Parts: sequence; C-alpha cells; structure tokens
Amino acid sequence: MAETLIWLIAMPMAGAVATLLLPRQSTPIACVTAVAASLVAGTLLYAVSEQGSLSYEIGGWSAGLGIALRADGLSALLLMMTALVMLASSVYAGTYFTKAAARARFWPLWLLLWTSLNALLLSGDLFNLYVTLELLGLSAVALASFGGKFAAVQAALRYLLLGLLGSMMFLAGVSLIYAGYGTLDLATLTLAVEPEPVAWTALALMSAGLLLKTALFPLHFWLPPAHASASAPVSAVLSALVVKVAFYLLVRLWMDVFADLVTPAAAGLLGVMGAAAILWGSWQALRTERLKLLAAWSTVAQLGYLFLFFPVLLALPPGPARDTAFGGLVILALTHGLAKAGLFLAIGIIQQRSGHDRINELNGTAQRLPATTFAIALAGVALIGLPPSGAFLGKWQLLAGSFASGQWLWILVTIAGSLLAAAYIFRVLGHAFGNQSYPRHSVTIAREEWPALILTTLAVAGLGLAGAPVWNLLESGA
Amino acid sequence: MNFDATLPLLVLASSLLPGLVIFFLREESHRLRTLLNLAGAGAKVILVGIMIWGVFHQHTYLTRWTLAPGLELVLHADTLSVLFVSLSTVLWLVTTVYAIGYLEKSPHRSRFFGFFSLCVSATIGLALAGNLFTFVIFYELLTLATYPLIAHRGTPEALRSARIYLRYTLGGGAVLLTGAVWLHVIAGPNAFIEGGVLSQLPDEYHGQLKAIFLLLMIGLGVKAALVPLHGWLPEAMVAPAPVSALLHAVAVVKAGAFGIVRVVYDVYGVQFTSELGLLAMLGVAAAITIVYGSFKALSQDNLKKRLAYSTVSQVSYIALGTAILGPIGTIGGIVHLVHQGIMKITLFFAAGNYAETLGIHNVSEMNGVGQRMPATTLAFSIAALGMIGIPPIAGFISKWYLGLGAVEAGMAGWVLPVLIISSVLNAAYFLPVLYRAWFCRPAPAWPAEHIPAARYETAGALLWPPVITAGLALAAGLFAAAPYSPLEWADLIAQREYQL
Repeated sequence: MAETLIWLIAMPMAGAVATLLLPRQSTPIACVTAVAASLVAGTLLYAVSEQGSLSYEIGGWSAGLGIALRADGLSALLLMMTALVMLASSVYAGTYFTKAAARARFWPLWLLLWTSLNALLLSGDLFNLYVTLELLGLSAVALASFGGKFAAVQAALRYLLLGLLGSMMFLAGVSLIYAGYGTLDLATLTLAVEPEPVAWTALALMSAGLLLKTALFPLHFWLPPAHASASAPVSAVLSALVVKVAFYLLVRLWMDVFADLVTPAAAGLLGVMGAAAILWGSWQALRTERLKLLAAWSTVAQLGYLFLFFPVLLALPPGPARDTAFGGLVILALTHGLAKAGLFLAIGIIQQRSGHDRINELNGTAQRLPATTFAIALAGVALIGLPPSGAFLGKWQLLAGSFASGQWLWILVTIAGSLLAAAYIFRVLGHAFGNQSYPRHSVTIAREEWPALILTTLAVAGLGLAGAPVWNLLESGA
Repeated sequence: MNFDATLPLLVLASSLLPGLVIFFLREESHRLRTLLNLAGAGAKVILVGIMIWGVFHQHTYLTRWTLAPGLELVLHADTLSVLFVSLSTVLWLVTTVYAIGYLEKSPHRSRFFGFFSLCVSATIGLALAGNLFTFVIFYELLTLATYPLIAHRGTPEALRSARIYLRYTLGGGAVLLTGAVWLHVIAGPNAFIEGGVLSQLPDEYHGQLKAIFLLLMIGLGVKAALVPLHGWLPEAMVAPAPVSALLHAVAVVKAGAFGIVRVVYDVYGVQFTSELGLLAMLGVAAAITIVYGSFKALSQDNLKKRLAYSTVSQVSYIALGTAILGPIGTIGGIVHLVHQGIMKITLFFAAGNYAETLGIHNVSEMNGVGQRMPATTLAFSIAALGMIGIPPIAGFISKWYLGLGAVEAGMAGWVLPVLIISSVLNAAYFLPVLYRAWFCRPAPAWPAEHIPAARYETAGALLWPPVITAGLALAAGLFAAAPYSPLEWADLIAQREYQL
C-alpha cells in the first residue's frame, strides 16, 4: 500500500509530461490522468483508515539522506480533497477553454500544479517542503496569468513577488533549523527541538513566510486581485487548495513539530489576525460589485476562521477535547475547499454566459441557469456555516471550544462573521427570484454545471451528514 | 435497521425525497409533480398513523446518526412530537391540494413545490428532533427552505419582505445556536426528556443557565413572533396564500412556539424553569405579545395583514400556557398548538380564495361577499368565531383550559385579564369582518373577478381545503373528549410531563 504515495506524485507528473509531448491529445490524457490520480487518492485514504499512517522511502534511502514520503490522516484527507477539486475542475476546464491551443498550453501547468500539491502534502522533511512550496508557487503564478489579460498578468506578477518573498523567509528558517539541529526530517525534529532562540527564530521566519502565502490578514492584500482575475478553474484551485496547503504546513509546524514552543500569546496573535480577517474579508465581500471579487474576499474571511482555532486548541487540554476540536478545524477547511471551488466554477459559468460578473445585473442570468444558481446557494450554505454543511459542524466545535476555554471574543467574531457571510451570499441569491424567463430544464450546460453542483453538494450534504469518519481518520492515522 | 429505528426517518423522507425529485422536473410535468406531491403526502399520513398508534402504546421510535464526536442527529417520536407531526402532516396534505389549485399555470412551479416540500420536511424534522442539536439543524433548514417561498413572486416587494425575514430569522438562529452550544458545553448532549434534566446540575451553574435560557428564548422568539421580535411576520404576508397559510399555521411560527415548549418542558423541566424564576418572564413576554398583536390587528384594512397580527397574538397563547405551572395550563398551551393551526390555516385559505376569485384584498372590499361565496365565508366565520373563543369551536377549549390552569396555579390575577382583553379585541377585529361579509350590500362589481361562479363559487381545489379545515376546527371542539382528539393527546402529554 505504501507505493500509493509515490503514485500520487508520479501520476500527475507523467500526465504533465505526456500533455506537453502530445498537445493534440492533451485533453483526453489530462482527463484520464485526473481520474486515475483521484482513484489513487481514494485508495490512500482507505489504506490510512485501515492501517494508520504510511511512509515510503524513495529508492530505499533512509530519512536524512533520501526522500521520505509520509501520509497520515490529515494529509490523506487533504489529498482526497485535492483530488476531488482537481478532478471536477479538470472536467470543467475541458470545455471552459474553447480553443484547443489554449487547452494544450494549460494542461501541463495544471498537472504540474497537482504534482506539487501532492508532493507537498506527502513530504516529510523541511527541505522537500521548501522545494515543493516553490514549485507550487511558480506553477500557480503561471496559471494565474493564464488567459493573458493585463489585469491578470499584473496581479500574477505581484503574486509571484510576494510568493518568492514568502519562500525566501521559509528557506531562511529552514537553514537556521539545519544549522541548529543538523536535521530537516520532521519526525526527528519533533523530538529534537528545544524551546530556545534558534528554534523560535526559525519558527517565526517560516511562519511569516507561510502566513504571507496563506494570505492571513493583514498579509492578504495580494489575494483578491490574483484570485479574481484568473480564469475560473484556476481561481477555484487557487482559493480552495493553494492557500490551504500553506495553512496545512503551518498546522504541521505549530501543532506537531514545534508544539512545545507555541505560547498562548503567539496563538492568541494568530487568533486576533484571524478575527480581523473574518470581519474585514466579509465586509469587503459585502461591498464589492463583482461576483469573483466577492468569492475571493470570502476566501480571506474563511481562512480567518481556521486561524481562530489556534488559540482555542491551545487552551483545551490535550486529549479527546482537543482532538474533537481539531477535527472541527479539519472539516471546516475541507468544506471550504470543496464549496469555494464549486463557487468559483459556478461563477465562471455565469461570467461566460452573460459576459460579466456584476452582481447588480445578475437577474436574467441567475434565472436562466437554475442548476448553477443552486450550486451557488449550496456553496453559500457552506460559507455561512449553516446546517447541514460540514462547516456547521466545524463552527459548532469552534464555538464549543471557545465556550469551554472561556474565550468569548471568538464567539462574537464567529457569529458576526457568519451573519456577514449570510448578508453577502443572499445579496447574490436575491437575484435568482426576479420575474425573468426560465428554462424548461434545470441543468442546461451539463459538463460545466455538474462539477460545480457535485462539489458543493459534497461540501454540504457529504461532509455535513457523513463527516464523522473525518474524526476517526484523524485518530487512526495520527 | 429494524422498523422502529427507521420509522422517524421514513416520516421525514416521505416529504424530503419527493421535494428533491421535484426540483429536477420540467416545468410542464404537471401530472408527475402532482402525483409525487400527493403520493408523498399520502404516505406520510399512513406512516404518521402508525406512529400515533405506537407512541400511544409506549413504543419507542428512534433513529440516530453520528455526525461528529458527541454530536448525534436523533429523530425520536414522543407524545409531543407526534402531536406536531400529525398537525403538519394533515395540514400539508390539505395545503398541497390548495397550492396545486392556487398556482395553476403560474411560473416556477417546480421550484415552488420543491421548496414547499423541503419546508414541511424541516418542520417534521424539528418536530421529531430528539435533542437540541438536531432541533437547531432543522430550525436553520426551515429558515433556508422558507426564504425562496416568500421571495417566490420575485416582485421588489416580495424580495424586500424575504430580506427582512432572513434578517430576523438568521439573527435569531445565530442566537439560538450560541445558546445551544453553550448548553452543550456545560450539560452535554441535551436529549429531550420529559421533565428535563438540568435541575441536576450544581447550583453554581444557575447563573449560566439563566443566560442560556434567555438566548434560547430570543432565538426561538423570533420565529414564534414574540414582541418585539415579530417584525418579519406581517411583512411575510406578501407570499402566495398557501405559503402564508402554512407559515402561520404549521411551519415557521409554530416551529418557534414548539421550540419554546420543548425547551421549557423537556430540557429545563417546567418545575426547574419556575424555580429559576424564568417562567414568569416568559409569561410576561407572552402576555404583552397577546395584547399588542390584537391591538395592531384592529387597525389593519388589508385582510392578510390583519390575520398576520392576529397570528402574532394567538401563537403566544402557546407560550402563555407553557408559562402557567401545572398540568391544566400545559394542556391549554399545547392543545392550542393544534387548534390555532387548524383555525388559522382556514382563515388564510379563505383570504386566498377572496383574492384569487374576486380580487378582494382588503376588509373594506368584503361587503356582501357571503352571498357570492357562501361556503368560503362560512368556513371563514367558523374559524374566526373559534379564534374569539366561542363554544363549541376549538379555540374555546384552548381558552377554557388556559383560564382554568391560571386559576389552579394562582396566576388568575393577571392571566384572566389578559385572556378577557384579548378575546374582546379578537371579537373587535373579527366581528366587523363577518358583519360586512354577511349583512352588508355588495358593491356593484368585485375588484377583479378572476374565476366566475360556475358549479362551485370558485375552483374546487381552492374551495375544499378551507371547508375541510373548518370542519376539523369544529370537530376538535365538539369531540374534544373523544379518544385521539387533540385535547386528549395534550392531556396525555401533560400526564407524562408531570408524571401523574
């Protein structure tokens, strides 16, 4: 079963090379690759739930010398989410880009991005994490500028520079660690790290780099233009996955490797930044005129919730209480990933059909595309955190943890953020009820509407009603 | 899974599944949609019948499904839930027939009936909820399912009302959620158990429990339209008549009232609530709402708005009954849950018939309508007289038990005046309507006659529902002592709550 780890990286990489060499057949190749890689991700998820965490040493070289791949419950879940989002977006992209030439240029970058996402989630040492982070950043920037409009290129350049700055800070931290402890393997480091200046400085540097990449307020300013000007499938993946894996890395560092170093004050600082992100991001989403910017600002806000968990988790006693709350964090992140990807795909359909994404002029479009509008509504349920979405379970755990540890501020922020989210979502949905004409069928453009509908349904009904295995998996694959 | 563990799920699914299928039907599939709706409603009636029999014979119907560690979705049939489920089931069947007639040839019917079924499913879900967590889930789902129904017509006015509705209910939902999570943290999963369990908590929690009770009541009070949280209800009357009927009789306001009953009886326990001094607070809020709603109803010329304010007032009888300590007050409050539903749905059906048939929207246009539409007006009159509390109609039974319960509990000093003032006001805003309808000479032409008088005074699907529900209102009063009547069932609930 451990071979699945290497397949998860090799398969999209082989697909990237194949689409590069055979541009004419690139779309079928990419779709086959997507299906195959998703099946492997599913197999891995099953294997981790059965056997616990898995590891694989490439070429048989032991950790420290060679490249070690690891997968536990958390990474297996994120790999599965990545696969679902990438698969749905690949199907969607196959018809979204109407020109064959554009598709041929798109697929290699797309599959390279998938390769780096998987590699990052599987890496077990800091150097490989740095490499995959860099690879991810570059492929993401290339994709963000894809489509070539001036605004997109401009935003992508800013994205590139800030991404590089983030990577440099991360690398500086990694070097410090190597100088201080002589190893970069995460498992070894967990045992070796002591609360001392070198470790603090390294953690601070790495965290700063990652916070920039995950766009936590006030380092979020690059995100809305970059995510809003990219093409729809790219926006979906940037918002759902790329910022999310940087967050994953932060969780690994703060809660696993450097857990002994984290002080309540530091966690509280992340919480305050998260709270500011929720309020500011939601407020901007409420004020914006354009649908894609709304979705991008909502990402800023939703990432804020994830950071609220840091002070809450730290205040809970280790054991079942903390594990339950941690599951809440994971299910919130997964729900957001699926829902936000579906939202961007749905917005892309609206933008293509009507030629614009101005919220105030949506009336006719929303009526002509009932399935897409429904997908937006489902995504909205998940973003607000209403039942039965997975986000509801996540927010319940966040609120319960805050109550249990007496941190009232986070409760107020969570509730206020949810109400703001309801305001910006229903501002859009109100346009679905105008008196315009309506189609005879509910699904009108199958290949683009179904991916959005399926992703958002999974976020709402899938994770909300069948989310309990997430907790079991985190426990068994710890 | 055995039958006892699946029955609650089946009751829920009998409206949920048809609803989900209906969304994907083509607009013209009129027959298939009607068939699905009626098949679902019919299946639900049978399943609920089995449930009533079983619960009466102490059967346990329980479905559980783990959503997260410590958080279980529990559907459980006890006496109180069966009461609300039966009400919803019967009125859903009637309203579906009415809605099919009402929406003939209007656009977006698939969307309408889809959300209509979801709305009923959410109501059934919260009726069957076995713990506070499950209740919160369905309470929020109800908000979501109702919004599209209020916005259905798509006019700026409808959209505005729907926005107001959302503002109130989502705000209320957030407050309820906060209270529910807080209670969960200090008391664990709050299963609904007759008599409540919170009295076992140590004294140092009493302060927190009071704060939580306040949060829960605010959250529930929004849907139950307790003053000053009632602002959305008169606005929401722009919705199509079947929606208003369902909203005022079963779905939304009742969900709030039912939640109040649940929290007081089965989470806190009525004795413990009283010991904490919270029961009196609830009683005062209910009394203010009853009188205020009746006063506002007096001055409304728009018929549906007058009925809406009347709902504000009447639903609080349920909260009032809850606030009266002792089995008789309990019976009065709980039986009114059913009685108000049957009577109010009749009134809204009739109001819808006047509007659809003759274009009458205002009380001032109703002169002589009794001659043109005798059956509708007779149904309207029975329900209105019942609301005032004239025997032998259902409303009399509610008020009788409320008054008797207040005397028993030594609260007669302020409950009886409230009941009397409110009955006088009820008469003051209903009797002039009846007088106009029966005894005034009609205007030369109706405002807009859509449906000419033929075999019946209006379309059959519009006429039968109010006639049937008016008959039910009369029967609930006349045969109040018969087995399985709402009153007898409320008596059973009170016995189990007070362990008599």
